[in-house]
Amino acid sequence: MTTLERRTEGQLERRPDGQRRHRYSPVTWVRGGGLTNLVFLLPLLIVFGVFSWTPIVEAVVMSVQHTNLVTPATFVGVNNFVQVFKDPLFWTAVRNTGLFALLALIFGYPLPLILAVLMSEVRKAKGLFSALAYLPVVVPPVVAVLLWKFFYDASPTGVFNTVLHWVGIAPQPWIQNATSAMPSLVLEATWAAAGGTIIIYLAALTGVAPELYDAAEVDGSSIWQKIWHVTLPQLRGVLLVTLILQIIGTSQVFLEPFLFTNGGPANATVTILQLIYRYAFENSLGGNYGAATALSILLALFLAILSFVYFRITKSWSDN
Amino acid sequence: MTTGALTSELVADPGPERAAPPTATRQAKRGKSRSPEDSADRGIVSANDWRRPRIKWTWRVSHGILLVLLIIVGLGPLLWLAKSAITPTVDTLQNPMAIFPHGVDWSTLSNAWNKVGIGVQFMNTLWIAVGSWFLQLLVATTGGFALAILRPKYGKIINALVLSTLFVPAVVLLVPLYLTILHPPLINQSLINTYWAVWLPAGANAFNILLVTRFFNNLPREVFEAAKTDGAGPFRLFWSVVLPMSKPILGVISVFAIINAWKDYLWPFLVLRDPGVQPLSVRLPSLQQAIQLDVYLAALAISTLIPVVLFLIFQGMFLRSAGLGGAVKG
Repeated sequence: MTTLERRTEGQLERRPDGQRRHRYSPVTWVRGGGLTNLVFLLPLLIVFGVFSWTPIVEAVVMSVQHTNLVTPATFVGVNNFVQVFKDPLFWTAVRNTGLFALLALIFGYPLPLILAVLMSEVRKAKGLFSALAYLPVVVPPVVAVLLWKFFYDASPTGVFNTVLHWVGIAPQPWIQNATSAMPSLVLEATWAAAGGTIIIYLAALTGVAPELYDAAEVDGSSIWQKIWHVTLPQLRGVLLVTLILQIIGTSQVFLEPFLFTNGGPANATVTILQLIYRYAFENSLGGNYGAATALSILLALFLAILSFVYFRITKSWSDN
Repeated sequence: MTTGALTSELVADPGPERAAPPTATRQAKRGKSRSPEDSADRGIVSANDWRRPRIKWTWRVSHGILLVLLIIVGLGPLLWLAKSAITPTVDTLQNPMAIFPHGVDWSTLSNAWNKVGIGVQFMNTLWIAVGSWFLQLLVATTGGFALAILRPKYGKIINALVLSTLFVPAVVLLVPLYLTILHPPLINQSLINTYWAVWLPAGANAFNILLVTRFFNNLPREVFEAAKTDGAGPFRLFWSVVLPMSKPILGVISVFAIINAWKDYLWPFLVLRDPGVQPLSVRLPSLQQAIQLDVYLAALAISTLIPVVLFLIFQGMFLRSAGLGGAVKG
């Protein structure tokens, strides 16, 4: 298949059968490039071995153990999982995370598509449009959250409340009120993320074959009909992927609730990741690593099943 | 990072062509032949439609409105931050939307940099970014070279193991990785408060390996063959042939590495507890209550400067990588 492989295979074949077992001796292994291969793979093997593969296995092991770093870890079966389910905050966190993901879909899913379709028809200075749309994505997320936290100042002289005053709307409590806190978080998250999605859609839009539009016009399609019958079906693959990616991303939201409200007011913005963080790192009695890993495994399993089902369903659609 | 399959779907055909995605070629075409009649260069709206005044003006007006909205929403907050960074606290609090009602106060910037010590965190961030960048390039290029070009028999297994980590959400690693940093194997010393704690896990980036192996796989193997005939060993091949041919993909990885180092919060927050080694993103939230508002906003503005400037310089590369960026995020 590859010329390099063919060469080494050729060399092997030229050897008499009796000598082929020499291939397994260290000397022939080194001569055949085995050592070189390993030298090149070494950084990858060390870094992935220690900082990716082992921790993943450890996460599974720790979820059924009681670990306190002082005494040796003991096997406790499903105790950690039971403990997680019994935590009254668990269902609050699930509900809040679900709400965040849902609101993020409502605020942030159709908007980038509409903007991208509009922007794709820009004739002059298209780059300016994309650059402006992408600018919020470049702002470091922590800065974005801290900046918006100031914008969300609930006093009448807060930045957003001043702007609302111009158009005659009363000051809003934003993140200080249990009902409006979550939508405020989602608003910032959408601002920070929409640009990336717009750029993905713009790239996909340039990939739509112009002939399809030509053909649609021959059939007398209006612009709306072209968008509905040509553009959207052509973007279908990308749209489906960004949808599930967004759900996976938003169900792991941490930064916004942590820095804006730290879960408040009245636990209205506690998310699953925050709960994991609290179990492991905010426990005055020492980290409850078992519960933290158990919850993270639960979340990972949920997302895996969700994506699996999602792809099954969407695949059966495209088969029809 | 649950997103391996999804990722590869989005990145359907990454290869050397990555350097020039459809956008670029189409824009190039557009530059040469500007006439909207060119049907190969059309979008949803046809050339005929563009000639009809009603349609033309509907689009033009909506584009104008869109531009204004994008300026307000995309650029507005940053301009506000730039303005408020040099506005005295009282003015910002009493009338946040007024432009310099009582003049400009440049001293906030030097206060933030020197007195609050943002300069230290700035250099820390830079140092973290450079280290992660180097380690990611090292791991991705050597690993990619071994997997895609040397191709040992067991390479497929390693490749599968690397790619399978894309399906594991980062949160699963949080606690065990933290404990690994606390008690690393072999060396009997905690890596907490050292940059290795950030650099090393950053190196274990499966997405980089995916991009690099795909790119290397698409390089013409005749060139390697020729180099071998000329007596180049694998190290020479790696350094003098493969790396120079891989500049586009190395550029993409570099942009990601530096931007991610600037963006990362939770992980450095956990492992870098000492303010003296913390990057900007970790230090800023704790400054909030401790310092004057004008100096604080100046610190925020300073933290935003480098990524925004990098973006303005390497706009094309950013926007081309953005499609991938969306895919990595999950």
